[in-house]
Amino acid sequence: MSASILQFVLLLAIMTALVIPVGNWLYGVFAGQRHTAPERLTYRLLGVDPAHGMNWKVYGLAIVASNLAMLLLAYLLIRLQGVLPWNPAGLAAQSPDLAWNTVVSFMTNTNWQAYSGEQSLSYFSQMAVITTFMFTSAATGFAGAAAFMRGLAGKSGANLGNFWVDITRLIYRVLLPVCFALALVFVWQGMPQTLNAYATATTLEGATQKIALGPVASLESIKHIGTNGGGFFSMNAAHPFENPTPLTNALHILSMLLIPSALTYAFGRLLGNLKQGWVIFGGMLVMFLGFLATVYSFEQAGNPILSKLGAEQTMTATHAGGNMEGKEVRFGIAQTALFATTTTAATTGSVDSMHDSYTGMGGFVPMLQMMLNNVFGGKGVGFINFVQYLILSVFIAGLMVGRTPEFLGKKIEAREVKLVMLAVLAHPLSILGFTALAAVTPGALASLNNPGAHGFSEILYAYTSGTANNGSAFAGLGANTPFYNLTIGLAMLFGRYLTLLPMLAVAGMLAAKRRTPANSGTLPTDTPLFGALTVGIILIVGALTFLPALTLGPIADHLQMVQGVVVK
Amino acid sequence: MTTSLHPDTLPSHPEPAPAAPLPRLLLTSFLAAGLFTLVCGLGYPLLTTAVAGALLPQQAAGSLISQNGKVVGSAVLGQNFTAPQYLHGRPSMTNKTDGSGPEPYNAENSGASNWGATNAKLRDAVQERIAAFRKENGLTENAPVPVDAVTASASGLDPDVSLATALLQVNRIAQARGIQPADVEKVIRAHLTGRQLGVLGEERVNVLAVNLSLDGQ
Repeated sequence: MSASILQFVLLLAIMTALVIPVGNWLYGVFAGQRHTAPERLTYRLLGVDPAHGMNWKVYGLAIVASNLAMLLLAYLLIRLQGVLPWNPAGLAAQSPDLAWNTVVSFMTNTNWQAYSGEQSLSYFSQMAVITTFMFTSAATGFAGAAAFMRGLAGKSGANLGNFWVDITRLIYRVLLPVCFALALVFVWQGMPQTLNAYATATTLEGATQKIALGPVASLESIKHIGTNGGGFFSMNAAHPFENPTPLTNALHILSMLLIPSALTYAFGRLLGNLKQGWVIFGGMLVMFLGFLATVYSFEQAGNPILSKLGAEQTMTATHAGGNMEGKEVRFGIAQTALFATTTTAATTGSVDSMHDSYTGMGGFVPMLQMMLNNVFGGKGVGFINFVQYLILSVFIAGLMVGRTPEFLGKKIEAREVKLVMLAVLAHPLSILGFTALAAVTPGALASLNNPGAHGFSEILYAYTSGTANNGSAFAGLGANTPFYNLTIGLAMLFGRYLTLLPMLAVAGMLAAKRRTPANSGTLPTDTPLFGALTVGIILIVGALTFLPALTLGPIADHLQMVQGVVVK
Repeated sequence: MTTSLHPDTLPSHPEPAPAAPLPRLLLTSFLAAGLFTLVCGLGYPLLTTAVAGALLPQQAAGSLISQNGKVVGSAVLGQNFTAPQYLHGRPSMTNKTDGSGPEPYNAENSGASNWGATNAKLRDAVQERIAAFRKENGLTENAPVPVDAVTASASGLDPDVSLATALLQVNRIAQARGIQPADVEKVIRAHLTGRQLGVLGEERVNVLAVNLSLDGQ
């Protein structure tokens, strides 16, 4: 217990300590004046003028056009896998509906995987499609956040920056160097990085074990730095090749939190108000700690149904106990709970344990975090979502005291609130709408791996994960069917663009407004009080929207488990 | 009018540049897709492969362990042990590569049960495994069994067991090998890995390392 808490404190302290230096670094990337030589060369090749700013419409259009181009190229490469090099296992191309799901998934930074990596993708596809997408989709998200911040900071009028400059700088200055260094640490700890064919071992008992290999480490580092989450192997970061030691697990966790947490500080600097950044960071951290404590305590308490049979789940001096179905011994419950909380907070979606086998309330937390989708959040989107709730809080507080709401010196008016509400409502509409559709589609129900309330949780989790662009799964769900490939693909698109584009519009509109000086009637948004109000509103809106569905799934599941009810 | 990119240096309301015409934007987009595929999708992983292969060839190739010139496994992956003279790992739910049935510890097709906590299949499987573990290791009817010994791992390739699970197998291994239990226990304790850096993860015993060591004696 105390060892577990020590790990939590240590990792979260390192994360917090990194906020300022990384935040300053990101600020330099977002606001710096100089272009390095490789960057200038890139601009020349792409034919863009780095000095040209963009308003929100042009910026948004550049995001959509670049994503579309990458989508088409990737689809082509995946479908041509059979004739492309580095395919030692001779894997055939994915079917069209699966390939569509895969490329949409990676373009939207969801990293939902309806396929099994070692069975479906060649080394070439893992590198040229998956690894590339991990860089570009993460850079797109962070660039969107940078543009959004510039708009809110409002120092440049309608100019939100230049999209091409933003992604180029993010990739060259942040993602590539960090990922390269991290990949070497990962290899040192036991992660493969090779183009050799799958190995064949003869075990001590004389059996044959075929061992899938590949360029794993280079994918793993960007997978978490970019909060992408898609695994090289089917079982993702639970696979010892993706996560060989507790140290790699800790680095995975810190990588996921590195940029999302530092964005709050970079924002404070762009705004010229560091306190505002810390209020956002604090609000996120408070929710994170509450969720972590919930997962940890329920998973460590274990499954009473198994205790009755004689499985010892209480921690002793010689074993760590807990609900160990679908978990790995080297991580135990503590590192597993921290990973699960982080991956669904930071919208990464990698897993180092099977969330499907969690206790009811253990599985409740990952789902709720994706539904809220703003506890740190990944690739900048979580930050944008949090600000969306800040604006909503300003609006609600303004209604309560009867004043025109202001945020960062700009009046919040009907147009902005409408766009915020579009973003706030698109999320549950996609999650609950598709879940309801699947729940009444007989073919969709045939994919369930679990009966009863837990089966419903599998569907709910899938669309939550897709819409939140998370990508983790209650992986028992047999999701590689045309129905799920298509509908989850749509959920991923709605989740990505119906948040990013309206909020970019809000930033653009706010940027164009005149700044009103603060007066005695202004509600300050950079105080702990306001942070607490925002967290309250997030939890209330989240609870009102999703509690009915959660009651049918994980909560019912939990109540059955504590009663010892087994479902056939 | 030219505008600078950066908010800090801008006048309060500059005009951003007009939008590039659509064909121009699409051309830029496709060029970017191609360029970043070359840089991030080929340059970066191939460079990492080359550097890792030069600096850390053993790990980069999968931490393969060879005996008498033959690969016997990977140091970081579990494998299936059923013979009485070997330490046994955790239950594994991996399937054959063609999906035609179970094949524990298939390192070409990682997998888990994904059964929920209330699923009857989970209860039945654990019940069966507890009975088998007690029988095989000569434990009493009601002896508690450590949870890791009777639940399937997430990867199906978990290389480790807890110390408790390893120690409960000492007598069986000693008997099968005709050696003293104390000697088996010594080997197991010699392969006990503590928390990394003193804090991270949990204590554990690598099953393949113990078995290689037992065979080497």
